[in-house]
Amino acid sequence: MFLNKDPLNLIITGVGGQGNVLASQLLGNALVAKDFFVTIGETYGASQRGGPVMSHLRISKKAQCSPLIPQGKADIILGLEPVEALRVMGNYGNPHIVIVVNSRPIYPLDVTVGNAKYPNAQIIWSLLTELSHKAYMLDATDMALRLGTPILANIIMVGTLVALEAVPLTQEDLAGIIRETFPANKLEINLRALQMGMDAIKKPEGRNNLRRTSLAL
Amino acid sequence: MSIINLDAPGRTVLMMGNEAIARGALEAGIQVAAAYPGTPSSEIIGSLAEVAESMGIYVEWSVNEKLALEVAGSASMAGLRSITAMKQNGLNVASDYLFTLTMTGVKGGIVLVVCDDPSSHSSSNEQDSRAFARIGDIPLFEPSSFQEAKDMTQYALELSEELKTVVMLRGVTRISHARGNVTLGNLPKLKRQPKFDTASPFHYAPVLQKHSLLHDKLAKAKEHFETSSFNGYEGPDCPDLMIITSGTGVAYTREAITLTGLEDRVGILKIGTTWPLPERLIGRQLTRAQKVMFVEEVDPFLESNVKEISADLIFALEIAPRIFYGKRSGHIPMVGELNTDRVVDALQKVLGTPYDPRDATYSKRVWEVNKEFVPERVLGFCPGCPHRASLWAIKNALKIDDRDGFLTGDIGCYALARTASGFSLAKTAGAMGSGTGLACGFGKLRQFGFDQPVVSVCGDSTFFHAAMPALVNAQYNRSNFVMCILDNNTTAMTGFQSHPGVGLNAMGLPGPVVDIESICRSLGVKVEVHDPFDLKGGIEILARLFQEEGVKVLILKRKCALLRLKDENPPYKIHIDPEKCIGEECGCNRICTRVFRCPGIIWDTEVQKSKVDEVICVGCGVCTDICPNGAIIKEEA
Repeated sequence: MFLNKDPLNLIITGVGGQGNVLASQLLGNALVAKDFFVTIGETYGASQRGGPVMSHLRISKKAQCSPLIPQGKADIILGLEPVEALRVMGNYGNPHIVIVVNSRPIYPLDVTVGNAKYPNAQIIWSLLTELSHKAYMLDATDMALRLGTPILANIIMVGTLVALEAVPLTQEDLAGIIRETFPANKLEINLRALQMGMDAIKKPEGRNNLRRTSLAL
Repeated sequence: MSIINLDAPGRTVLMMGNEAIARGALEAGIQVAAAYPGTPSSEIIGSLAEVAESMGIYVEWSVNEKLALEVAGSASMAGLRSITAMKQNGLNVASDYLFTLTMTGVKGGIVLVVCDDPSSHSSSNEQDSRAFARIGDIPLFEPSSFQEAKDMTQYALELSEELKTVVMLRGVTRISHARGNVTLGNLPKLKRQPKFDTASPFHYAPVLQKHSLLHDKLAKAKEHFETSSFNGYEGPDCPDLMIITSGTGVAYTREAITLTGLEDRVGILKIGTTWPLPERLIGRQLTRAQKVMFVEEVDPFLESNVKEISADLIFALEIAPRIFYGKRSGHIPMVGELNTDRVVDALQKVLGTPYDPRDATYSKRVWEVNKEFVPERVLGFCPGCPHRASLWAIKNALKIDDRDGFLTGDIGCYALARTASGFSLAKTAGAMGSGTGLACGFGKLRQFGFDQPVVSVCGDSTFFHAAMPALVNAQYNRSNFVMCILDNNTTAMTGFQSHPGVGLNAMGLPGPVVDIESICRSLGVKVEVHDPFDLKGGIEILARLFQEEGVKVLILKRKCALLRLKDENPPYKIHIDPEKCIGEECGCNRICTRVFRCPGIIWDTEVQKSKVDEVICVGCGVCTDICPNGAIIKEEA
C-alpha cells in the first residue's frame, strides 16, 4: 500500500488508562513491518491517572520524522475521548483533517467536582464537523462494553481507522501484529474488537454505532 | 519475549528510544546495569531487568543514582562493561562520584546515560546536563534518532574501554519516550570473567597527574570525533545559512527547511559528538557560510563552544567573522523544548521567508472553540489513592492545631500536595528528600521564636533514596517536626519499580525486606504506624504529635491503589443516599466533590446532589467518613 501524503501525520489522543500508547504501538509495529519509517512521539506526564495522553504517529517512505507534528499539520485524529480530540485540533487541526472519535466522554476532575462545564454531545459533534473535512463518531466504549470491557475501545477504533483506509494497512496486517502482541487468552477478544471496528464502516448493521459527516466513506 | 533481546540481526523493528539505548548496551556486551528510576530514563534499566535472566546479566534498582554509578563503576574496574541511566536531577546526585571516577579512570567500558526533560514534562527543572561533560572532561554523545540511540550507546561503551574513562550519552524526553525504526545488530554470546587487578588500583591521586591524563584521554576522544560518522554536513555547498544542531534539533531542523522550501539556501551541520567538539571539522564547515544558527535543547551549549572555536579560527584561517544566530540573539527560545515550528520561526526571522502553517480564519476559530468548550484536564490522585487520605488527615490535624502549620513537600506522586487534589498543603518543593531536610532546618528555628508546626512527607522509595540522612540529621541535631512516610510499597510515579522495602529486586527475585519502621526506631525517634484509610485515627495521632517535642515519624502504610486493584477486589460498594445528600442546602459546600476531589464522586449539576461514578469508584470507602450528613454509604462488596 502507498501513502497519498508523505509524511502522513496521525494523532491518537485520549486520557491516561485508555490504551492510547498500545494503539499507537500496534499501528507503528504493523507499519514498520511494511517497511515504512515510523516515528511516534508520546506526550504524557507522570503515572497518575486522569491526565491527557497524546501520541503523534508519523508515517513516511522517505525519512525518519521528528517526534512532534508541526502546527496545523495533522492529517488524521483518532480521538479515544471527544474533548481530547477537540483539544488537539487547537494546535494541530486544519480544514482538511479527518477525525475519528469515540463518543464516550471521560469527565475531567474540574467537571466532576462542579467547577467546569463539559460540552454536550450535540455541541461536540457540531464543532467536530465544522472544523474537519470528514468526521466519524463511534460509540466505541459501548461496543467494547458489549465485548466485556471498556479497554477494548482502542482496538475497535483502530479497526475503524483501517476500514476507512486512513492508514496504509490492511485488517490482516493489524491482526498479524495483534497475534504477536497479546497472550493467547486475550487474543480472540482483541481480534473480535478489531473486526467490530471494521464492521462499523463496512457492514450496514455495524453502522448503527456510527455518526458521520457524509455518506461517502 | 522482549524486543530488546530479539536475536535477529539486520531486522528493523519499532523501538522506544530507551529500549534502543538498552539494545545498544546489550550489543556492546554489558554485563551489569544499575539505576534509580527517574522519568524519562526509567525504561532503559527497566527493559534490561526484564531480559536479565535470559541474557545472563546483572541488573539492579539501586537506592540512588550515586550508588547506581558506583555499582556500574565497580563492574568496570573488574573488567566488565556496564551501564547506568538517570534523569537530569539524578545526575546531580551521582555527580560527586562521577567527578572522582573521571580521575581514577576505568577498565571495562562504562556509559552514563542521562535523559534530560526539556519543558519539564515530569521534572522539577529543565536542566541541560551537557554542562557536566564539559566540567568533568567527559566525552559526550547526543543521539538524533532511535537508530543513533542504539548505535551511539554501543560505540560509547567501546570508546570508554579504549580511553579508560567514563563516557556520557545525553538523551531527552522526545528520544527516550518516543519510538522509531531501529535496525538490529548482533548480540554477543561471550561473557567476560570479572577480575580486579590489585596491582592496578583506582586512585584519584596524584590529582594533577590524573587530571593531566584525563586531558590526554579527552584529546584522543576529539581525534576520534574529527572523523566520526555521527557528525556531518548536509545541504548546498555554500548555503546562505548553516544550522549547527544536535539531538532532536536535527529532525526539527530538517523538517523546518522542507516546510519553508529552503533546501537550496540552508544547510545542516549535525554534531553527534558534542564534547569534546571536533574543532577541525567545525572549522572547515564554518568556512561554508557567513551566517550560522544554532538549534539545540536547552542551553546554548554548542553555541558557546562553537563561538569559542570560531574566535580562534578568525585568526588562524584569516576568515571574516561569522554572524551567529541562536539563543543569545533571541532567535531560538532560551527555555522550553524545541519543535519544528520554533525552528521555522527562527528561519523566518533570519531569512525573511514567509510561512503560514494553516488558514488564518480556521486558526482563529479553532482556538476560540478550545477556549470556550474544552475544559482543562488536571492531574489528580487516583481513586482509592492512600495519599489523598493521608493528606486529608494532615490537613485536618493542622487545622485543629491552628498555629499556621505547613507541609514541606517532596518528589513522588504526593508532589500533587501542592495542587488542589492535595489540598494545596505543600508549601515548599525541593529535590529528593528535601521535604525532610527543610523540616530539619525549620524545626531548629524555635530559638528565634518560630512556633509553626512543620510536617514533612516522603514516599517509601524516596525515604531510602535521600530522606534517611535527613532524618538522621534531624535526630542528631534535636530538631522538631513530624515526618510522614507515605509508604505505598512501590515507586509508583516512575512506573511501579521495586525498592529495598518491597522484598523483590529489579529482576523480580525475592530478597530481604528492609523495614522502614525498624530503621526509624533504631534512630531513637518516636515512631507510629497507621493505616491512612482510618481518617479519624490519623487526625488524632497527628494532632497529638504536633504537641510533642522532638522528631516524630508517622508511617502511613497502604499499598498503591493501582497495585492493589491488580490482585484485590474492591472491598466496598459505595453509593450516595439521595435523601441524606441535601446538596447546597447542607452547608458543607460540596466538600466531597469540591474539596476531597476523588474522581469517583461526581457533582450532578442536574439534581444538585453528589453521586458515585461506579465505573471510576474502586470502593475504598474513605469518603464515607467525610460527609457531615452521613450520606455516603458503604456496603461490603
